[in-house]
Amino acid sequence: MTENVAIRLQDITKSFGPVLANDGVTLDIRYGEILSILGENGSGKTTLMNMLAGIYFPDRGQIYVDGRPVTIASPHDAYALGIGMIHQHFKLIDVFSAAENIILGLPGGERYDLAQVTRQVKDICTRYGFDIDPGQKVYDMSVAQKQTLEIVKILYRGANILILDEPTAVLTPQETARLFAVLRNMRADGKAIILITHKLNEVLELSDRVAVLRKGRYIQTIPTASATEQSLTEMMVGQKVTLDIERPKPKDPVKRLEVSRLTVYNEDGIKALDDVSFTAYSGEILGIAGISGCGQKELLEAIAGLQVVQPGASITFDSPDGSSKQLVGATPRQISSYGVHLSFVPEDRLGMGLVGSMGMTGNMMLKDYDQGRSPFLNRKKPRALAKAIRDELDVMTPSLDTPVRKLSGGNVQKVLVGREIASAPSVLMTAYAVRGLDINKSYTIYHLLNQQKEKGVAVIYVGEDLDVLLALSDKILVLCNGRVNGLLDARKTTKEKVGLLMTNLKTEGQEAA
Amino acid sequence: MSEQVIAKDVTARQPLVRLVKRDDMVWWKAWLVRLACVAAGLLVSALFINGITHLDPLAVYASMIRGAFGSSNRIWVTLKDMSLLLCIGVGLAPAFKMRFWNCGAEGQVLIGGLVTAALMINFGDRMPTGVLLAVMAAASIAAGAVWGLIPAFFKSKWRTNETLFTLMMNYVALQLVEFYVDIWDKKQSHSVGVINAATRGGWMTYLFGQQYLLNIIIVAIVTVGMYMYLKYAKHGYEITVVGESENTARYAGINVSKVVMRTMLVSGAICGLAGFLEVAGVSHTISSLTAGGRGFTAIIVAWLAKFNTLTMVLITFLLVFLDRGATQIASDFNLNKYASDIITGIILFFVLASEFFINYRLVWRHRSTEGK
Repeated sequence: MTENVAIRLQDITKSFGPVLANDGVTLDIRYGEILSILGENGSGKTTLMNMLAGIYFPDRGQIYVDGRPVTIASPHDAYALGIGMIHQHFKLIDVFSAAENIILGLPGGERYDLAQVTRQVKDICTRYGFDIDPGQKVYDMSVAQKQTLEIVKILYRGANILILDEPTAVLTPQETARLFAVLRNMRADGKAIILITHKLNEVLELSDRVAVLRKGRYIQTIPTASATEQSLTEMMVGQKVTLDIERPKPKDPVKRLEVSRLTVYNEDGIKALDDVSFTAYSGEILGIAGISGCGQKELLEAIAGLQVVQPGASITFDSPDGSSKQLVGATPRQISSYGVHLSFVPEDRLGMGLVGSMGMTGNMMLKDYDQGRSPFLNRKKPRALAKAIRDELDVMTPSLDTPVRKLSGGNVQKVLVGREIASAPSVLMTAYAVRGLDINKSYTIYHLLNQQKEKGVAVIYVGEDLDVLLALSDKILVLCNGRVNGLLDARKTTKEKVGLLMTNLKTEGQEAA
Repeated sequence: MSEQVIAKDVTARQPLVRLVKRDDMVWWKAWLVRLACVAAGLLVSALFINGITHLDPLAVYASMIRGAFGSSNRIWVTLKDMSLLLCIGVGLAPAFKMRFWNCGAEGQVLIGGLVTAALMINFGDRMPTGVLLAVMAAASIAAGAVWGLIPAFFKSKWRTNETLFTLMMNYVALQLVEFYVDIWDKKQSHSVGVINAATRGGWMTYLFGQQYLLNIIIVAIVTVGMYMYLKYAKHGYEITVVGESENTARYAGINVSKVVMRTMLVSGAICGLAGFLEVAGVSHTISSLTAGGRGFTAIIVAWLAKFNTLTMVLITFLLVFLDRGATQIASDFNLNKYASDIITGIILFFVLASEFFINYRLVWRHRSTEGK
């Protein structure tokens, strides 16, 4: 049984200050299998794998590779043992070509033979079905290509044990399928592959066995064949959860926000939004899909008055009281002085939506601290609001004045969403509202969004998980390179269709309704 | 068996000591750490004193205390020194809180002092002192404010680097002072001398017979006022938000340029006022040494106090005490000033180190493996 065990982790423990990230984890990884490490955010998956990759050193416990006890004190040690990790954030040099990145940091003399490297890289590519051009510069590559390059780089260094940290987070469904195909090829070749993930469907689709972590503790490893989404969720969360997102029917939707011919250049002078037009209706959730960096951020910021908009655009807000306002050219303060209740949960929570060094109370008044004529702040109302949000949304914080930076990701998001909802918005925009949240907290957020929808709020939901987008939204607007590439009825479309629209820009004249 | 041998080797390669970030420390524990660090600093200084100079450390410390508090006159001088340094530190507080690195306090003080001196020289005999003092205070505040506003304006408009810009403004102020010193210098002595020495026109009013009392009261008011401004005023809130993240400020609808310029106006104004206090209240002269490096020392004050103006009182006390004490031991024991500066340096170093121990914990190798 121990013959094909690639790595054995014995009683691995690691803590960061008072936080126990891994607590006595014992685990086997075999050659010729794909093992999923499943767990919610903060369950210690990445920490555990970082100890294999030589980034952290365990406080206690022993790692065995091929049956021998080893010390992995640096990434170099890990490479020497044939362990390679593909991190969520790629570690590539933009101005170098693929081949140059591959040999970067390898021992050897002053000179290297690029032609030979190129040959070897091509070899690896044909063996496993990769598709990269060794001469291509990294800055010319798509996210999927960069990821491929990272994998090839590690194989080139002779890794037999590959660790992939949430590899599909940045990929479209089509790219994910391609990645899974090469992973299967590598498994057939006898490599040990570890997949860190919190996506259940991937676990079930790809892996042979699945190891579950919960709050730093190892729960158990089971063969994937005997697992279901429901059983895995319960192991991961530790309690029963319902996995259905409700989707109430929109109640008499009215036109609320009409965006037309919106063009925005980003800070680098690149067209981030190109002639975008759409309408958001009250009582509906409009999902916005697109691979990351396709103009989602600029779109929401332009509506909120935080972007310079090119002439010719119009953003019309039709108030529930019948009046109509033009938002183009208005600052956030002007927009709110028009009586437009526009709430915005930005992607960068602590860098834009909240002040990290302030407590809940201080953050509650971020948008209306200026009210009243007194030169001094009035903390009474925000304090009461902070209290209400803490109790209603169950925010875990030592006190209302604890800097929100010190709260966990889920609690930070509750504070932000809570404040934005408390202002009784008529339009609510959210960007990646559940990023980094565990399953239960994600469902809390979905529920809050549905509540707003039923109150007649026009909700704009920018998301990355297509399953959720399809289950939660009424309509889905697909962005591709800053252009609107389709508007779909979320109840009738499929994940594949959305995925295709995300990557393949339709040409003019092909506009389908 | 062989496995165990290797396993031992494994632990041997663990780092000897690792740093672990702490959670928040309770405030009284943090102060205990600071106190312990000051004590350790005194101890190391004692070793230094004894090792290098063969003096009795206790006698040296006693001499330091004498230097700062030895007589009522010395106490007043210590308080005066504190007030001047504190005033500049308080001036830096709003700018630093906004993450605007105002390194131009030196120049803002100088320019405030320069206009004060100009008014003193030209109107010392023509205006009643009370009126003249008010005019000089207002003019020095305005001059400092302008000196603070210029870099802020350029930063808002063209994103210039404020650190370099404020530093360069120091040299402009310095050259202006040199220029006017030459103009006002009547005896070819390259100094202005004591202005209105005979008439005392434009000299700060003595309160209860004390020369520095009015200075100290003004600085105390400014210190408390700035504390309230930063903590309770809407302006203070805006400063915190802008300092934390410009994007958050824009998101909140704050006009970032306006806040940056307004805050630097306030920052420069208070530094300008410090120039007035120095010239009208203390030296009654102007030279390129009027600011005396306090504009830079105040940066240390502001940082050590984490921009809390009330904590700054403690920090300025420590710095002024060390400085006065160093001067005293230099004369008492015939040491040169460098030896006493080393003692000051050692103690400051330990004070800085205390912040490290408040934020981090050391984990030694044996502790992490013994649980096995």
